[in-house]
Amino acid sequence: MLHSYSAPQQGQIMDSHIQVKNLNVYYGKQQALKNINIEIPKNQITVIMGPSGCGKTTLLKSLNRFLELNDGTQIDGEVLVDGQNIYDRDVDVTEVRKVVGLLAQRPSPLPMSIYDNVVYGMNIHRMKSDRKEYKAAVRHYLEIAGLWEEVHKRLHDPATSLSIGQQQRLCLARGLAVEPEIILGDEPTSALDPISSQNIESRLIELKQQYTTVIVTHTLRQAKRLADYVIYMYLGEVIEAGPAKEVFGNPQHERTRAYLEGQI
Amino acid sequence: MVLMKKKWQRRHIVEAVIKSVMQFSLVVVAGALGLILWTIISRGLPALSWDMVTKIPEGGYYMGKGGGILNAILGSLYLAAGGTFLAMVFSVPIAMYLKTYLGESKWGNYVRLSLDVLWGIPSIVYGAFGFTVMIALGMRASLLAGIIILALIELPIMTRAMDEVIRRMPVDLEHAALALGSTKFEVALRVVTRQMLPGITTAILLGFGRGIGDAASVLFTAGYTDRIPTSLMRPTASLPLAVFFQLGSPYPEVQQRGYAAALILTVIVLVISLGSRWLSSRLNKYTIK
Ligand SMILES: Nc1ncnc2c1ncn2[C@@H]1O[C@H](COP(=O)(O)OP(=O)(O)OP(=O)(O)O)[C@@H](O)[C@H]1O
Ligand SMILES: [Mg+2]
Repeated sequence: MLHSYSAPQQGQIMDSHIQVKNLNVYYGKQQALKNINIEIPKNQITVIMGPSGCGKTTLLKSLNRFLELNDGTQIDGEVLVDGQNIYDRDVDVTEVRKVVGLLAQRPSPLPMSIYDNVVYGMNIHRMKSDRKEYKAAVRHYLEIAGLWEEVHKRLHDPATSLSIGQQQRLCLARGLAVEPEIILGDEPTSALDPISSQNIESRLIELKQQYTTVIVTHTLRQAKRLADYVIYMYLGEVIEAGPAKEVFGNPQHERTRAYLEGQI
Repeated sequence: MVLMKKKWQRRHIVEAVIKSVMQFSLVVVAGALGLILWTIISRGLPALSWDMVTKIPEGGYYMGKGGGILNAILGSLYLAAGGTFLAMVFSVPIAMYLKTYLGESKWGNYVRLSLDVLWGIPSIVYGAFGFTVMIALGMRASLLAGIIILALIELPIMTRAMDEVIRRMPVDLEHAALALGSTKFEVALRVVTRQMLPGITTAILLGFGRGIGDAASVLFTAGYTDRIPTSLMRPTASLPLAVFFQLGSPYPEVQQRGYAAALILTVIVLVISLGSRWLSSRLNKYTIK
C-alpha cells in the first residue's frame, strides 16, 4: 500500500478497495459528476449521501459500468478496483459486473422461478458443475439472504409470487450467488416496508465482513445505522468523505453540516 | 351505522346506469355469438359425418351425392399454416426493428400507423391486389399464391401484437440481468425471450385465426379444387370457400353440408384458441407483469 507508512489522513484509507480518480461524467452536455476523487474502504459499508440530483446514482453506476447503458453518456477518468481500471479497453464488462454486484432500488426478479433466479447468474458464469452443487448453492445464498425459511417449500413458484420485501432479499441472494466482491445498493430499501428494510439492513451489516458495500440512501438514520465511511455529495461534487464517526460527529464542511442538521 | 346507509346520490345513479349499459352490451354480444353457434350447430351437426372429414368430394357431391371436404380442411390448414409461418418470418424482424431502431420516434409511429391501416383493409382488396400481380406475372391460382396473400393479411396484426408485447418489456428486467454480468445475447436469449414468449405466441395465433377464416383473398389467389393439395404450384380448396359454395347451392343437403363445413371451421378455430390460451397460461406463469 502506498500510504501504509504515513498516518492516514481524512480521505485517505489504509485499505481501499475502489479508487475513483479524476472522474467526470456528462449526460450529453450536462456535467453530472465533477472531478471525483475518492477511495472506498475494503469490507466496510460506505454510504453516499446528498440532496436529490447531486449525482449519487451516477457515481454508483460508474462503479459497475452501468452508465454506458445510456446513450450519450461520456465518462472520463478512472475507476480502479483492486488497482485495475475497469474502464480499460481490454476489460470485460461482464467480469466487472460479476465482481461488482448491484441491488436496485426496486426489486426486479427475473421471469422464472425462485430457484432459477438464484441459479441464473451462477449458470451464465458456469460456476457450478452439477445439479447437486446448484441446489446446495441456492440453499446457501437464500440462507444468507434470510429467505430460505420462508421459501424452501416453494422454490419452483414464480419469483413474482413473493412479497416485495422477499423479492428484494431474493435479489440479494441472486446477486451474492455470482460471488461478487463489492455490493452496490441504490436506495435498496426505499421501496420496502420498515420491517423488510430492517431485514435488508441487518443482512448488509452481517455481510460487510466479506464484501465491500456502497449504499446510496436518503435517510440519515439509515446512514447512521449502516455507515462506516461516508461520502457527502453536492451538485456533482464530493464535498466531504471520511469515516462515519468523523463526518457525523464533526463535519468539516459547512454544506455537510447544513445537510446533516436539516435532516434531523 | 346509520351514517353509512346508502344514499341515492347522483353518482350512484350514474354508476348504476353505466353498469347496466355495460351489462346490456355484454348480453348483446354473448347473445349474437350464441345465435351464430346455435345456427351452425343445429343445421350443420345433422350433416356432419365421418365421410365429411375423411373424404374428398365424389362425383355429384355438389348435387347431394357422397364424399366429404377433406380437400378444404387440408387446404385451409396448409394455407393458414404457410401464411402464418411466412408472416412470422417477416413480422419478428419488423417488430424488433421497430423497437430497436425506431422506438417511439416519429418514423416509428408512422410505421405503426401504416400497419394499423393495413390491418383495416378488407381482405377482398388484398385478394384483388394479389390477383392483379398474378396476372402481371402470368401465374395461375395456387397454394403458394394463397399463402403469400394470407401472409400479407396476417402480417400487420401479427407485427402490431408483437410490437405491443416488446414495448411492454420492462427495462428493469434487462438491467437486472446485465447487473449479474450477462452478455446482451444472454439477456436476449434467457430473459427477454422468456418474458415475451407468451405474448408472441398469442400474436402468432391471432394471425393464424385471421388467416384460416379468410375467404375473399383466397378466392382470387388459391382458387378451388376437389383434389387434396399436393404441390405449392397447384390450386387448393379452403374451408371458408367450401362454406360459401355449398351454402349457395339450391340443394338442401348441400346447404346443410355448408353449415357442417362452417362447424368444422369453427371447431378448428376453437381448438386453436383454447390451445393457445392453455399454452400462454403455461408460459405466462413466470412472466413479470
Ligand atoms: N439519463 C440521464 N440523462 C440526462 N441527465 C441525467 C440522466 N440521469 C441523471 N441525469 C442528471 O444528472 C444529475 C445527477 O443525477 P443522479 O440520478 O445521479 O442524482 P441522484 O443524486 O441519484 O438523485 P436522487 O437522489 O434524486 O436519486 C441530475 O441533474 C440528473 O438530472
Ligand atoms: Mg438516485
